[in-house]
Amino acid sequence: MPSFKDTFLKYDWNQIKHDIYTKQPADVERALVKTHRNLEDFKALISPAADAYLEDMARQSKALTLQRFGNNIQLFAPMYLSNECQNICTYCGFSLGNKLPRKTLNPNEIDREVAALQSMGFKHILLVTGEANKTVGLEYFKKVLRQIRSDFAHISMEVQPLDEDEYRQLIPLGLHAVLVYQETYHQKDYARHHPKGKKSNFFYRLETPDRLGRAGVHKMGLGVLIGLEDWRVDSFYVALHLKYLEQTYWRTKYSISFPRLRPFSGGLDPKVEMTDRQLVQQITAYRLLNPDVELSLSTREKTSFRDHVFQLGITSMSAGSKTNPGGYATAPESLEQFEISDERSPSEIVALIKSKGYEPVWKDWDVALEHGEIRTEAI
Amino acid sequence: MENLQIADRTFHSRLILGSGKFSSAKLMRDSIQASGTELVTVALKRVDMQSQNDSMLEAVGEVGLLPNTSGVRTASEAVFAAELAREALQTNWLKLEIHPDPKYLLPDPVETLKAAEELVKKGFIVMPYIHADPVLCKRLEEVGVACVMPLGAPIGSNKGLKTADFLEIIIEQSQVPVVVDAGIGAPSHAAAAMEMGADAVLVNTAIAVAQDPVNMALAFKLAVEAGRMAFESKLGAVSHAASASSPLTSFVDA
Ligand code: SF4
Repeated sequence: MPSFKDTFLKYDWNQIKHDIYTKQPADVERALVKTHRNLEDFKALISPAADAYLEDMARQSKALTLQRFGNNIQLFAPMYLSNECQNICTYCGFSLGNKLPRKTLNPNEIDREVAALQSMGFKHILLVTGEANKTVGLEYFKKVLRQIRSDFAHISMEVQPLDEDEYRQLIPLGLHAVLVYQETYHQKDYARHHPKGKKSNFFYRLETPDRLGRAGVHKMGLGVLIGLEDWRVDSFYVALHLKYLEQTYWRTKYSISFPRLRPFSGGLDPKVEMTDRQLVQQITAYRLLNPDVELSLSTREKTSFRDHVFQLGITSMSAGSKTNPGGYATAPESLEQFEISDERSPSEIVALIKSKGYEPVWKDWDVALEHGEIRTEAI
Repeated sequence: MENLQIADRTFHSRLILGSGKFSSAKLMRDSIQASGTELVTVALKRVDMQSQNDSMLEAVGEVGLLPNTSGVRTASEAVFAAELAREALQTNWLKLEIHPDPKYLLPDPVETLKAAEELVKKGFIVMPYIHADPVLCKRLEEVGVACVMPLGAPIGSNKGLKTADFLEIIIEQSQVPVVVDAGIGAPSHAAAAMEMGADAVLVNTAIAVAQDPVNMALAFKLAVEAGRMAFESKLGAVSHAASASSPLTSFVDA
């Protein structure tokens, strides 16, 4: 079956890196005046040469986002269901080697979390787990979806990659979107950061969006973990992946996130530091390449940075996030996956959004809108 | 200015407003008022159907509510969503939108026709959003839609009447009102559509993301009225061929 792997193998990391780092101001200027930009233009926009044009990029990015999405910022919250994990990932607090109390929420605990999130106003929810297939596998996900689907308008998932058929079983139960970040597209580095567990299979992860596309999921999220490898080259691969997916699975909607490595229990210093300025460059470059893709900003970022950057191309934001299972109501003191940076409550974020002339959007989907025919029997 | 008749309702205003992109409920309310519109589309996916005090619905207020099915990808999803909307919002008016392509939101003609037929049978007043396809418009008319809503250009593009040649054919052939939807980015585009003979226009982005949405809403109101007035006053014909100085047919009278 054709997949992104075929495309991926045609590209060489070092060659792309060379292309990006040798871009000239004239290449950036050419990219800036175009209305439809291609991947070569994107290389120019994420190149060191584009730094001098950041203001221009930000202006265009803001204007394009307003035109396509209006003055709206969609709000969501992650709900951590479990911190059990069979993998070793060098950058994550849930890593198998870390001695921390493991917890998977039971139905009662989930109810309490749901109630807490609902009282804050959330209607879009992102379910997160580590990778522990025996306890937190397909059957667990099915149960959770059945339990909570009527409590939220939109349910996304950020869990281990699943098989196509498993996705097919979850979608009619109300699963709307799946986020799966490649972490890095640098194959060797990927192996170094994922020494043990199922996640060490680079290509199984790389082909996850293909399985999602074939299963017919409504939306999928792409991204890399910034800090593992050269962000410019990794961003190019995300853009390449997105382009392939948009052409192949044209019914699917896409979003991109840009998580920067955060401190966590068991610590690893980022190999590559990305400055705030560079993150703005990356966000606006994605927008200039693709006016329609959703761009999402998490609470990993600092308060002052979030206050400004959300107006430059972002379409959705998390707020009040807890990154530990039960963090909202059940077990607020348990160990988190990583430290969040913006600790403000959802109502404070809403006030911020309004103060900048934007409308906070709590609900922009309804599970009832899809798969109407099979909905009743699925419940 | 003549009134506009769609199904069993009469409208004084020929401007329909989209509500998706306003930066606040208040700005939306004020823009609705300034535009003089009597019909506002609201995306079902944005409405909180459990709650009675949805800020969007409140902003629409007393004006007619036109729920849309934005987000659905198939006819069966659209029918399901329509029934949900009818129950929750107590209206059988529906803007039928089926766009399986989430990037440009281009409407699926096959699924739209299928859904329209079923929805009409179920008693809905169906207003389908479609490409500017004259044949599709006639097919939709045959299944009983209340109007057709062909696009001027891709949604949100503000590019104006890129499909003008096809809109002219649609307007000429149509026995139901023609509402030009999507792409209208400036009052002049709206006026041009009305001069062409469109029965109404639907505008969202151009008003909602203007620097001053309320004033822009007023500008659109005036443009739509001016365009309609010009149409009703019968614009002088534009001559494409030069009149020949020595007639080619004078020999027949010789
Ligand atoms: S990143 Fe995911 S798979 Fe890796 S250790 Fe953390 S939770 Fe487990």
